[in-house]
Amino acid sequence: MAYSKKVIEHYENPRNVGSMPKDDPAVGTGLVGAPECGDVMKLQLRITEDGVIEDAKFKTFGCGSAIASSSLATEWVKGKTIDEALAIRNTDIVQELALPPVKIHCSVLAEDAIKQAIEDFKRKRAVREAEPAPAVKTGA
Amino acid sequence: MKSENGERRIYLDNNATTRCDPRVVEAMLPFFTEKYGNSASRNHGFGWEAEEAVEKARTQVAAVIGADAKEIVFTSGATEADNLALKGVAEMYREKGDHIISVPTEHKAIIDTAKHLESLGLKVTWLPVDKEGLIDLDELRRSITEKTILISVMAVNNEVGVIQPLAEIGKIAAEKGVLFHTDAVQAVGKIPIDVNAMGIHLLSMSGHKIYGPKGIGALYVRRRNPRVRVSIQMHGGGHERGYRSGTLAVPLIVGFGKACELAAEDLSSGEIERVRKLRDRLLDGIRARVPESYVNGSLTRRAPNNLNISFAYVEGESLLMGINDIAVSSGSEDLAHTSIRFGLGRFTTEEEVDYTIERLSGIVSRLRELSPLWEMAQEGIDITKVNWQGH
Ligand SMILES: Cc1ncc(COP(=O)(O)O)c(C=O)c1O
Repeated sequence: MAYSKKVIEHYENPRNVGSMPKDDPAVGTGLVGAPECGDVMKLQLRITEDGVIEDAKFKTFGCGSAIASSSLATEWVKGKTIDEALAIRNTDIVQELALPPVKIHCSVLAEDAIKQAIEDFKRKRAVREAEPAPAVKTGA
Repeated sequence: MKSENGERRIYLDNNATTRCDPRVVEAMLPFFTEKYGNSASRNHGFGWEAEEAVEKARTQVAAVIGADAKEIVFTSGATEADNLALKGVAEMYREKGDHIISVPTEHKAIIDTAKHLESLGLKVTWLPVDKEGLIDLDELRRSITEKTILISVMAVNNEVGVIQPLAEIGKIAAEKGVLFHTDAVQAVGKIPIDVNAMGIHLLSMSGHKIYGPKGIGALYVRRRNPRVRVSIQMHGGGHERGYRSGTLAVPLIVGFGKACELAAEDLSSGEIERVRKLRDRLLDGIRARVPESYVNGSLTRRAPNNLNISFAYVEGESLLMGINDIAVSSGSEDLAHTSIRFGLGRFTTEEEVDYTIERLSGIVSRLRELSPLWEMAQEGIDITKVNWQGH
């Protein structure tokens, strides 16, 4: 199969590879796909109090197109607000990377990963807001 | 080796096909433009010289498996030889029985032919193989019934190179009065094959896996102790003692004969030991640099040219993409393991092996850095227990 130049470029120089601490309240994690299906994407977003994505990291187990889709997704979401990031469609990724029809699912996964990461962040925030403020520790 | 556009490329897919040996091509050439007669033409020199060449090739082909030239039936390849063996025996020995024993790890040419026979009412027992890829001889013995007419077990597996216990199978077949066919496509020139010592009744071979041309092969059909017959699958002018009609592909047969001669030499000249050393070098190199890589199939009972390794937590397509200047074959992928088949050969060099180790270990580490599954495994998470959502 012939890959587009952009896919090859992302595959060879993936952007924003890495991980962030999962338990960090400012970090939302999306983990989509399954090993049996041949693709697993982990996308993590660090989001400010005002809902701006200040950093994004990914790790992907999958074909070149899956790696490129997630790499591109991290590039795109950085600096965007939550709402702007949620507006990214898989078709945008398909177009940008010139993915062939058999690889469209890679772009779908990337879109799902963004959504899941944001959901995870929102859920954490909601939990935090529902909890009473932590008791101030008194010195021993 | 360089490709047309001058880029380096390495061929390590010799289980799929091989480069034609220049000596083979040289032997074939006169038979296209000078000695182009029909080997069945009995009344002129063109026919005689073609026939002579075919008979010489028949002797060369027979010699590499310890057979007699009269026992060789030329076919268009091993697929046809496998078809002729299974269908031919099934039809010819219908009176005697309707049961065939084979193995699920056979090549498609056997599997699908056997399934076709099943659809016609024959019974097929598929002997399981163990994790090494070997059949259990007691299981084979137990599977044989009054109605069994044929055991078909390949000599060397095309994916993992595992060598089945041919002589032992031959012995059981002889004891029980059942015919023994073996697809020896991947065995010829890699391991010694002797149809008499191994009690083989029928044997398939192919030119293009042994540095010969594509589109030519042969079925060995034993003529004595016992005399074996197969019913005709290709009717026509009665060529090949009636077993396989059709004007003989003289240039291809000449090339196939030469390839068999060279294959026999590989076994005695130390060439195959050179290949084995390269294969072991490749294995040692990969093992030293790539943790969590596993050899598929037995390492001890294995053809010297094959290596099949699984890499954990790396996806197949992305792995092949990273080594796209190296031709290998990627096999089944289960739960985040990718298996790669390396088929080394006569034209493989040590330098190519070292380059492959370098490239492969580099790309596997890079992809693992990228792999969330590798990360989870390093954290001690069992990825089989994760509740994956799929898509
Ligand atoms: C074990 C085995 N049997 C049969 C075949 C088919 O041979 P051919 O390509 O000559 O039809 C192959 C090659 O693909 C093979 O590896």
